[in-house]
Amino acid sequence: MSTLNTRIEEKLYQNRYVVDAGKPHIKVKDHAIPSPELKSLVTTCPANCYSENEQGQVEIVADGCMECGTCRVVCAETGEVEWNYPRGGYGVLFKFG
Amino acid sequence: MATVQERFDAIVVGAGPAGNAAAFTMAKAGLKVLQLERGEYPGSKNVQGAILYADALEKIIPDFREDAPLERHVIEQRIWMMDDSSHTGMHYRSEDFNEEKPNRYTIIRAQFDRWFSSKVREAGGIVLCETTVTELVKDTKGNVIGVLTDRHGGPLLADVVVMAEGVNGLVGQRSGLREELKPDNVALAVKEMHFLPQDVVESRFNLKGDAGVVIEAMGTITKGMTGTGFLYTNKESVSIGIGCIVSDMAKSGIKPYNLLDSFKQHPSIAPLIAGSEVKEYVAHLIPEGGFRAMPEIYGNGWVVAGDAAHLVNAVHREGSNLAMTSGRLAGETIVWLKRRREPCTSVNLAEYKKRLEDSFVLKDMRKYQKIPALLHGNRQLLDLYPRMMSGIAQTWLRVDGKAKTAKESEIFKSVRKQRGLAGLVADGLRFARAWR
Repeated sequence: MSTLNTRIEEKLYQNRYVVDAGKPHIKVKDHAIPSPELKSLVTTCPANCYSENEQGQVEIVADGCMECGTCRVVCAETGEVEWNYPRGGYGVLFKFG
Repeated sequence: MATVQERFDAIVVGAGPAGNAAAFTMAKAGLKVLQLERGEYPGSKNVQGAILYADALEKIIPDFREDAPLERHVIEQRIWMMDDSSHTGMHYRSEDFNEEKPNRYTIIRAQFDRWFSSKVREAGGIVLCETTVTELVKDTKGNVIGVLTDRHGGPLLADVVVMAEGVNGLVGQRSGLREELKPDNVALAVKEMHFLPQDVVESRFNLKGDAGVVIEAMGTITKGMTGTGFLYTNKESVSIGIGCIVSDMAKSGIKPYNLLDSFKQHPSIAPLIAGSEVKEYVAHLIPEGGFRAMPEIYGNGWVVAGDAAHLVNAVHREGSNLAMTSGRLAGETIVWLKRRREPCTSVNLAEYKKRLEDSFVLKDMRKYQKIPALLHGNRQLLDLYPRMMSGIAQTWLRVDGKAKTAKESEIFKSVRKQRGLAGLVADGLRFARAWR
């Protein structure tokens, strides 16, 4: 079971989203070195929205976000994540929930 | 959109179980109610396992069974303690649950919330979707008098704002009414909807008609983290998910979807979902900090209900019934004040808290207030014990030529080795004290 490597893209492909182009509802503040909390989001985000770039900084692409709020809670103390709800009507649209 | 300067008796933020219960209760009593929901339709942002508790809804809509979208009524509960290759189960199944008015149902939230919201509209409430509330509006004395939304136009005003905005609760947080959630006090749950033909669901779970099974699971499936897994049978699908405390998750470096897939591949689970078609993957936070993590729930011009008020009984896996009941009691309190022509001040809205205290909601929250800290400091309860149970069961059940007395002493020795008698007694006492 340790070799398990889920294709998260395939999971998210089942979901419906209305992306608010050019207006991401979550932003990572500019940083030189990410805190351990921010870094942990690369694994903890259930939609795999966070990744580490070549300079070791953490970036987000929020298109697959399910608006759970985990990243905001994890980084509440460090203040590195700016989290808002998408505009009304945008974002994830659960068919079943 | 409602005209800007129109004033409402109450504004409800959110159209989940708490918000719908509050909005319905007030609209039905003749109050002028505006309900704001950020999703395209009520339910489109909402996630739950999901179990509906009939009693809580009956007290709001007594004849809900006539047209509510229900999946299966629950006749069997399985609690599984799992290690990597086995599960030790405690099952309760009863024909008595096949009653005229069943007690619990599995539901699909996106459909159920839409139905509940249609009842709010029928009762005369105005429901405005695709509208995100951005902040509360306060007067010069700090009393809440309305909300601002992301739609064009000025503030929407009301005598009272019911915040039923869900676990993330940004509106209340940003208005300084409650603090941000702590990673120790929330669980991250991920879930998938697996579709199977109706007759396959029924044969795999030994079911007939609309009867259903619920499995709650714990043990090595959460890989040393505090959490649980679940599997619920719907009519033509199975909801399967797993959740762990956020701080554990962040520390472990385990990806939530890998945890879910590993749960799905467990030999006790895999055959139950074999050949299914996955149609959705969702993630959601569950407020599991218990009574001690609850924020203030009322003030001048506002009340909070449901997940936003941290009303979840994690031990019994109950939440939607606490949400519906708190929403109803908030609504009834506001109706009661209106009829007495009393303003929605903090002093008067204290009645809401009093009614919650008198109900099962705060009684249960108080009863289990020590459990979250207990689990947090004693992860062996969820990891070691399921493994121990499994070892005991296997030693006892395997027929291998050893004398039963030898098996007994083998079991006794292994328990002593894994936890020690002092540890066992201490765990038992700690658990009993927290449970009491």
